[in-house]
Amino acid sequence: MSNILVYALHYEGAFNKNSLGAVAEASRLAGELGGEAHAVMVGESISGDLAGQLGGYGAAKVFTAEGPEGLAGPVIDTMGKLFDGGDYQYAVFGGGLLGFEIGAGLAARINAGVTMEVTGVNVVDGKLVAERPILGDSSISTSRYKDKGIIIARLNAFEVKQNGGGAATVEAIATELSPQAQQANIVTRGEQRGADVDIEGASILIAGGRGLGKAEGFELCDDLAKAFGNNAAVAATRAVVDAGWYPYAAQIGQTGKTVSPKLYLAAGISGAIQHKVGMQSSENIVAINKDANAPIFEFSDLGIVGDLNKILPKLTEAVKARKG
Amino acid sequence: MSGSNGNGRVAPAAYPPPVDPQQEFIKRTLDDEDERIDVGVVIVGGGTAGLATANRLLQLLADDPETMERLGEVPVAVIEKAKVCGGHNLSGAVVRPGPLEELYPDLTREDWRKEGWAFGEVKKEAVYMTPTSKLAIRIPPPPPFKNHGNEVISVSALARYQQRLAEEAGAYVLTETAATQLLVEDGRVRGVRSGDKGRGKDGEPLGNFEPGTDITAQFTVLGEGCWGHLTGPAIREFDLAEGAEPQTWELGVKEIWKVAKPLDRLIHTIGPWPVKISAKYGQIGGTWIYPMKDEKTGDDLVSIGFVVDLDYADATTSVHDLLQQFKLHPLVKKILEGGERVGWGAKALPGGGYWSMPKLTMPGALLVGDSAGMVDTVALKGVHHCIKSGILAGEAIYHALKSGETSLEPYEDAVEASSIGKELYEVRNTRQPFQKGFLRGGPIVNLAIATKGKLPAGRLSWHRQDQKPMFIGNTKDGYPKPDGKYTFDKLSSVFITGNATRDDAPNHIRVQKNVAREVAETWKWMCPAGVYEIPDDAPETGNVDVIVNYTNCVQCGAITAKGGRLTTPEGGDGPLYQQT
Amino acid sequence: MKIAVLVKEVPDAAVQKRIDPSTGRLDRSGEKNLNPYDTHAIEAAMQIKEGGAVTVDEIVAVTMGPESAVRALHKAVSLGADRSVHLSDQALAGSDVAATGYALAQVLRRESPDLVLLGQQSDDGECYTIGAVVAEYLGQPSLTQVIKLDIAGDELTCERQAEYGYDTVKVKLPAVISVGDAINEPRYPSLKAIMGAKKKPLETVSTGDAEIDASKVGVDGSHVSCGDFKAPPSKSAGLIIEDEDTDDTVQKIIAWLDERKLLA
Repeated sequence: MSNILVYALHYEGAFNKNSLGAVAEASRLAGELGGEAHAVMVGESISGDLAGQLGGYGAAKVFTAEGPEGLAGPVIDTMGKLFDGGDYQYAVFGGGLLGFEIGAGLAARINAGVTMEVTGVNVVDGKLVAERPILGDSSISTSRYKDKGIIIARLNAFEVKQNGGGAATVEAIATELSPQAQQANIVTRGEQRGADVDIEGASILIAGGRGLGKAEGFELCDDLAKAFGNNAAVAATRAVVDAGWYPYAAQIGQTGKTVSPKLYLAAGISGAIQHKVGMQSSENIVAINKDANAPIFEFSDLGIVGDLNKILPKLTEAVKARKG
Repeated sequence: MSGSNGNGRVAPAAYPPPVDPQQEFIKRTLDDEDERIDVGVVIVGGGTAGLATANRLLQLLADDPETMERLGEVPVAVIEKAKVCGGHNLSGAVVRPGPLEELYPDLTREDWRKEGWAFGEVKKEAVYMTPTSKLAIRIPPPPPFKNHGNEVISVSALARYQQRLAEEAGAYVLTETAATQLLVEDGRVRGVRSGDKGRGKDGEPLGNFEPGTDITAQFTVLGEGCWGHLTGPAIREFDLAEGAEPQTWELGVKEIWKVAKPLDRLIHTIGPWPVKISAKYGQIGGTWIYPMKDEKTGDDLVSIGFVVDLDYADATTSVHDLLQQFKLHPLVKKILEGGERVGWGAKALPGGGYWSMPKLTMPGALLVGDSAGMVDTVALKGVHHCIKSGILAGEAIYHALKSGETSLEPYEDAVEASSIGKELYEVRNTRQPFQKGFLRGGPIVNLAIATKGKLPAGRLSWHRQDQKPMFIGNTKDGYPKPDGKYTFDKLSSVFITGNATRDDAPNHIRVQKNVAREVAETWKWMCPAGVYEIPDDAPETGNVDVIVNYTNCVQCGAITAKGGRLTTPEGGDGPLYQQT
Repeated sequence: MKIAVLVKEVPDAAVQKRIDPSTGRLDRSGEKNLNPYDTHAIEAAMQIKEGGAVTVDEIVAVTMGPESAVRALHKAVSLGADRSVHLSDQALAGSDVAATGYALAQVLRRESPDLVLLGQQSDDGECYTIGAVVAEYLGQPSLTQVIKLDIAGDELTCERQAEYGYDTVKVKLPAVISVGDAINEPRYPSLKAIMGAKKKPLETVSTGDAEIDASKVGVDGSHVSCGDFKAPPSKSAGLIIEDEDTDDTVQKIIAWLDERKLLA
């Protein structure tokens, strides 16, 4: 009972980044437990080549099952069956909407313990022990499993790491959809809707505050966000939303939205506590402020004391040049 | 109404708040009967006084089912704008136990502590003068400061307990509900109207808009605390303040600390450091440091607070920052250092005392507690008066209900004849001399205390605090830069109150937004919650535009003393004080 | 049809939450409130009822929790539920997500609603998953984080934002749907509704009433245990650059971003 099963989400011929992180992490953990990481894919006409690529991230074997994509039910059925018949004690998910749904459903199906929002996993006495931040990330708790365990990671918790391994063994398996899985059918998937400001989904946020001076100052933020590309969006503090400089949908803070992008670039934001609670779990915080005493410098990873009107346009050019 | 040129002296009264209370806050036409909610007695404000009224009234009704029956399905309704009763309550507080013992005869003081609202009997006490930032001189406690045998309590915790008792006894406690209008019909108070919910920034109804409701009652109790939203219009409507002095206010900011070793005594300090007591600055202030043993958690806590009379003249006076400054005094440091701040809050209190008290009754309604100005600012005490006034109000209302009497006048006499009337009369002339400054006024204050109020004879008057001309002084230069561990800025303080005000709610603070810099600076520094902001690029002199960050507001009420008007925000908004 | 809404009592967002070190569980002594995410589920139920596409006979609020959870049920009822069910039993204390989902599923079996709605997460647990667990125990389809919900006959059309954009999914009833907070703006209860809430039926059920297998709930019935609470690693002090030569500053920023693969 030392193998780990891991779900690999794919879409239009490519793997989800978080799934690749999960495969890499499962491979590392399985190694420590003295077992193997086996991946599961569910979809329509999955190519063996694609499935085999997971070997490069540490999967020793990949099971592929024919079934509808984008829904949890078929994956729960597939993984549940593998658990029934196989030598598995743990399942790992890279997070995301489907990861949460499948992991939770599977826990109920196979009588396993489940921990979500996991940010770290260790092997202790031959068992997996998961760490998750709780209470608004103010504390970290440790989960121990009685028997079977399911780990659902927080997004970006696991590093995507190639181990140089070759293609994995691919085994196509048949799966029988449970009655409940047949009750849900996807109509359209992956529909793109522009227009809305999606600051929670963006991986790079350029946030503007009172220091921009006037509503037009947000053009500097817009330009920089555009330079960063598709994953970037512009956010705003309550003060400037109150002032009518930017729409409410972009507001971050205690009663606005809570974000945790990979990069949070704060322009002209002093860093009042109400703002801080909305963005403090961002991975990398860069602050530009002309006031060297601004509280934001106390929790930024990179702080620039200077005039944003001078710095932002040049930074935008430099990012554009790099992105080419 | 011109602005200033340079550092002139400008009184906030030059910029009266854009509000017409009689027009806006009194509703003279009632909704149709089927839209109204009819209750027996409606109590506005679930604080210590309003809930004492409810508790006492329900005690009496419990023994008189017939009268209870006549009050209908909802005998008593309490309207409270905080999320829970006590959520907006703050006081020192060290209380004289008598009225609480009278109201809850079955409870021992040990029971109070077990319930989590009392924190120990005062056994030792000390009063200090602090001539400088380093020096503390212990002085014999002046008689009004004597607290031996009193109890340290938390009013926010007490109110929660009182709410529970009231609900168990049959009251409907409607939290998260603001009373925004007084219903007046044919010269009689008929009840109150609850506030609308779900309005946008400009007052427009949002998708989830829910209009308020007329709540009609046989009697209405106004226990709104310091400068009640409806109390003011009621006083004017029924000429209750005729012949009384203007009300004056003080502002208190307090913190609760969890400390490593228990404090063994109750401490008051009377300055002068860090305030400036000259007539020019006009700052009168004092502090308290009370030990609190939390029997529920076993924690050793300390309540520390700073109170300043809002009659000061230096615009840069900030009670919050004075408290931070005061914490640097060695006397305080040795108590708090190594501990952790667990609570913060701010609240204005009425300071006018006896001569500022309005008439307490009007047709259909009465005033209790701080709404009536029942604070003894010499002894730094008002909670026992709040409780006592609640008891007397509960009794007066009960007797009126039972006998079918429509007047509540007997309450007036009962208060005058009670400990409230006696104690407040004794200190009636004690604080007014400070209007001349601490040094010139001090001897008269001492005379008043020493003679138990017999001298000076007659009546000393108050002036309105918004008429005090303000100048930009240098009190601010003494404030420490917050380190976030021992000293704190305003916003991180507001944050730990759990303040949750809907971002897109309408502004509930009425002030003029283009005012002389002296007035703008007054608001900016005075407000403990950082509500008022002056833009960086505002002109140094003349008028400036004030930014009002009203969602920071902890509803302390100080702005009402200095040229603005606090009205009720949407019910449920504001802080959620726990142990203040 | 009948809609059940799962609700939970959580510490008020304003209360500093802490773990009681002696029990390893959340200290629930402070102010409590109805989980704000659940109000969206109640509102969704109300909109189905008022929408007229189907006839809703009844909306039932269901919770599992200590005695104090009654207040959350009163709130749920003031927001529109017709009655409420309170699963309360000492034996349930310490249940993990799977055990909680099992217990709730057992209560729901007694009610056999056509649709179960719940909020996307609880303010305190932040698990996002109870709906999927309940559905699995009931053998019903489930979707989480639904932001648009239409009903026609016995079929739901649900929209949600998933990994690759917006998905539209048709789900046959009975089903368990957790709604995102973007689905609606919950109404405020009227004063009359608040005052009337205590008069609507509230049923308290024990594990025995709901035929809950005691060995599957509580600490002993749970498959995962939490403990060893520790503070998150503190961030090391950041780098500060004083902008003297802006070209140079920008180069430093770019290099810093590069190092962290933020320009990839």
